[in-house]
Order: sequence, then C-alpha cells, then structure tokens
Amino acid sequence: MPALLFWTFAAMTLVFGAAVVLNRNPIASALSLVLSFLGLAALFMGLDAFFIGIIQVLVYAGAVMVLFLFIIMLFDLRAEERRRINRVAVVGGSAVSLALFVQICLVVAELRGSHDQFPALPATRTDDVRDIGLLLFNNFNLPFQIIGVLVLVATIGVIVLSKRELR
Amino acid sequence: MNYFIILTSLMKILGVIFLIILPMVSYSVYAERRVSALIQDRLGPNRVGPAGLFQPVADAVKFLLKEDFTPAHVNTFYYWLAPCLAMVPAIATIAVVPFGSTLLGVPMVIADINVGVLYVFAIASLGVYGIVIAGWSSNSKYPFLGGVRSSSQMISYELSLGLAVIPIFLLVGQLRLTEIVRYQIEHGWMIAPFIGDWLNVQKWLLAIPMFVSFCVFTVAIFAETNRLPFDLPEAETELVGGYHTEYGSMKFALFFLGEYAAMITGSALIVTLFLGGWHLPIPSWNGGFHWTYITGDAEGWRGIAGGLFNIATFFGKVAMLLLVFIWVRWTLPRFRYDQLMRLGWVFFFEIALVNIFLAALMIAYFPA
Repeated sequence: MPALLFWTFAAMTLVFGAAVVLNRNPIASALSLVLSFLGLAALFMGLDAFFIGIIQVLVYAGAVMVLFLFIIMLFDLRAEERRRINRVAVVGGSAVSLALFVQICLVVAELRGSHDQFPALPATRTDDVRDIGLLLFNNFNLPFQIIGVLVLVATIGVIVLSKRELR
Repeated sequence: MNYFIILTSLMKILGVIFLIILPMVSYSVYAERRVSALIQDRLGPNRVGPAGLFQPVADAVKFLLKEDFTPAHVNTFYYWLAPCLAMVPAIATIAVVPFGSTLLGVPMVIADINVGVLYVFAIASLGVYGIVIAGWSSNSKYPFLGGVRSSSQMISYELSLGLAVIPIFLLVGQLRLTEIVRYQIEHGWMIAPFIGDWLNVQKWLLAIPMFVSFCVFTVAIFAETNRLPFDLPEAETELVGGYHTEYGSMKFALFFLGEYAAMITGSALIVTLFLGGWHLPIPSWNGGFHWTYITGDAEGWRGIAGGLFNIATFFGKVAMLLLVFIWVRWTLPRFRYDQLMRLGWVFFFEIALVNIFLAALMIAYFPA
C-alpha cells in the first residue's frame, strides 16, 4: 500500500473515531463509527488481509451498525442534544483514557518484538481465505464448534426471554 | 506501481459506469414503463423520438431543470447525503464482477480479488444507509417508517442471500468470481450443467440444490433491491412515497437511479453465479457435435470481436434478467409486512440451510 493511502485511511479511522465521542447527535456518532470501521477495513486490505478487511465491513459496518441505527432512531434524540455537558465526567473520562493510553505505551515498549522492524509483505499474495479456513477447520475445529453452540444458546435464550415478555 | 494497470483499470471503470451501467439504468426505466404499459394494455411513453426512445433524455433534462427544493423541517446535511449513499454502493459492487473475457489481452474485470462475493455482500450491506438516513433526516413520519422497515428487511434477507451461495462455493472451492465463471465454462452453468460429460446423472442431481439456491438468491435480490413484491419501504398505498416522500428533482432521481443500478448489479451477480457469466457456448456440428466457444484470445480483429461479443453476452443476459424483474413487478401484488418477515425468516432461511446440507451431502458422497 502506498504511504499516502496508508496515512489517509489511518487519519480517517482516527478522526472519525474521535467524532464518535465528540458528536452530540447519536446518529452522527453512529455514522462516524461506520466511517471509522471503513478506514480500518482499508488498512487491513493494505496489509493484503482482504478477508479480515471485508469481514470488518460486512459484519460491523453493514450489520451491527445498521442494528445500532435502528435502535437509536427509535429514541427521542432532541433530549440527548439538549443535555448539558457534565464537566466532571469529561475530565474524569479523559484522565482514565489518558492513563490507559500511557499504560499501553509502556507495555508495548517493554515487549520484545516491538523494537524490531516488521518483515516486508511477501511479494506474491497468499490466498488468505483458504489459509484462514484451513487453519480454522483443521487446528481449531473443536473451539470453533463450541463457539457455534454458545452463539446458538445465546440466540435461543434471547428469543425465550423476549417471548415471555410479550405474553 | 504499474502505470499500465492503473490506466486500464481507470478506463474499465469509466467505460463500465458511463458507457454501460448509466445508459442501461436510464433505458431500464424506459423499459419498465413500456413493459408495464404492455402488460396493462396501455401504450406507455411513445412520443419523444421513435417509439419514445428519447424519453430517458427528456426525463434527465426534466430532473435537472426542476427547482431543487429542500423542505424547512429536514436535517439538511443528512438529507443531502442520503441520495449519494443510495447510489454509490449500487455501482461499487460491479467492481469484482467479471463482465467479459479479455479485450486486447486485458481481463475484463475491474478488481479480481480473492474474496469476490464477500466484497459484493459487504458493499451491498452498506446500501441500506442511504435509505435509513433518508427516512430519518426527513423528520416526517412516513419516510421514517419506510427507513425503519428497510433496515429490518435488508438485514433479514441478507441472511438468505449469504446462505444461498454457499453450495456454489462448496462445489467450486473458491470465492473468486472469475474462478466461478471458469468452472462454469468447463462444467456447464450452475443450474444447467450441459457442457462436458453432460450425460453424467450425478452432475444433474447436483444441479437441483443449485437451482434451489438460484431461486432463494433471486428472491433475496428482489428484497434487497426493494422491488415489488417486496417494496415495503416505499409502499405508496401505506407510506405515501416511503423513504423518499420528502425528496424532489435530482435528489429523488438519484434514489430512483440507485434502485435500478442495484437491480443491474444484482442481475449481474445472478448471471455470474448461476447462468455462466460472460460465456455463451454455441452448438456446432463439425465432424460430430461439440460446443464452440468465443473468447478474446484470438489474434487481431477476431480477438477484439470475440472480447466485445463476450461483453455483449454478459450484458444481454443481465438485460434478460432485468425484464424478469419488470415482469414480476407488474404481475405480483405486494406482500404485507408480517408476511415478508415470515417469508424471510421462516421459509427462505430454512430452505437455504437445508439446501447447504443437501449440497454438502451430494458433494461428499456422490461426487460428479
């Protein structure tokens, strides 16, 4: 990926990530999050990880955020826009996130691999879909099946709970 | 970076959008009006030019010259953003679809990426934002209802859309759309494997789940493109104009064009996955029956003519499917909203799941 494209998409991810928090309008926040995800997907694709990039768009930007929007639109947004900013919460929140950021930086600086330069991408593109599939179904078949059962249990649980309320 | 690739890609993008998709969009609107008139025993637009053929030009001029009115009660930024968001994903999906063999040695696909069909689903799933934002930013109740309906409808039918194509990938073992077309050139179309050892019964048995996939996929494409009988987001009898009630002039036209562009890309996908893509084997008798293939590989003008023939074949197939879209629209009544949801979740979802199971069984135990 040319450096120009990398910086463009990195900036897009960060700017719209910040916009999620700074926007007063929840719909604008949700849409900023979509754009942030799209930037992230583009960064993945720059690393030749097409599968992860596409799944990022398909699952997060295309499905999860549509459901988010669906729920947000049912709320009364004017009340949210009129709400006053709580200074203490802003200062406290910034302090906590700054502390977390510093901690992450310190931990990463301690890591052994963090000072080495990353190896360049192989010149020929690997078929990442096939690689991920083979790895998933050969080496991690049991965990994969267990996750499937867990998701099924969660789905059935949600349906049972919501049906009970209806009755 | 290779400048040849950049230049040819740019030419392919501009050529596909401005020479093929946009004229096709405007003429499918014309076809819609003429065919609907034919079905309802009317004449339809036949005044502008011979048989009304210049009607799309007149319509475009009308849309551009109308007053571009923004109602006072809308959320202006999002109100302007929505029509663009409706148009862009519909056109962007065509990038991975192979629309021809080769022309002067250049493969006729804009981006041949290994996640092919997943890319299509990902971009198509972004198409719902245009409609949802239009419905929300209009600050009016009927558009809002249209937007809410559309978001739940698209999410429901995306499931059957995604599940319906899995049997194909079980068979081909690739997500790349050019590979799927190549498979169909060697073995015949997915729903009609008449090429190669076509007397093989197992191949035709395998075509049964493919045909079920084809039906589920086509119905899901109808729902994803908001076409009748699934056009609940803009049901005029209940919601005035649905999500675009508050829109006029060119902004309305963009929604309209977006819908037809989505139809074209949807048909292009159906053609690529199930109907053999760009190739058209011609039966010929030359010392025994065989199929003649036309590709763009030959030398000189024959190659160019072959490449153009493949492109024409592809868009000819797409045009046939567009006629089916129009035919269905003017034949079937609209479903009720609860019927639509029941159909999506109770019938098509289950059919697609059982179909995957059947296809997997056949591929595992009766390999063709």
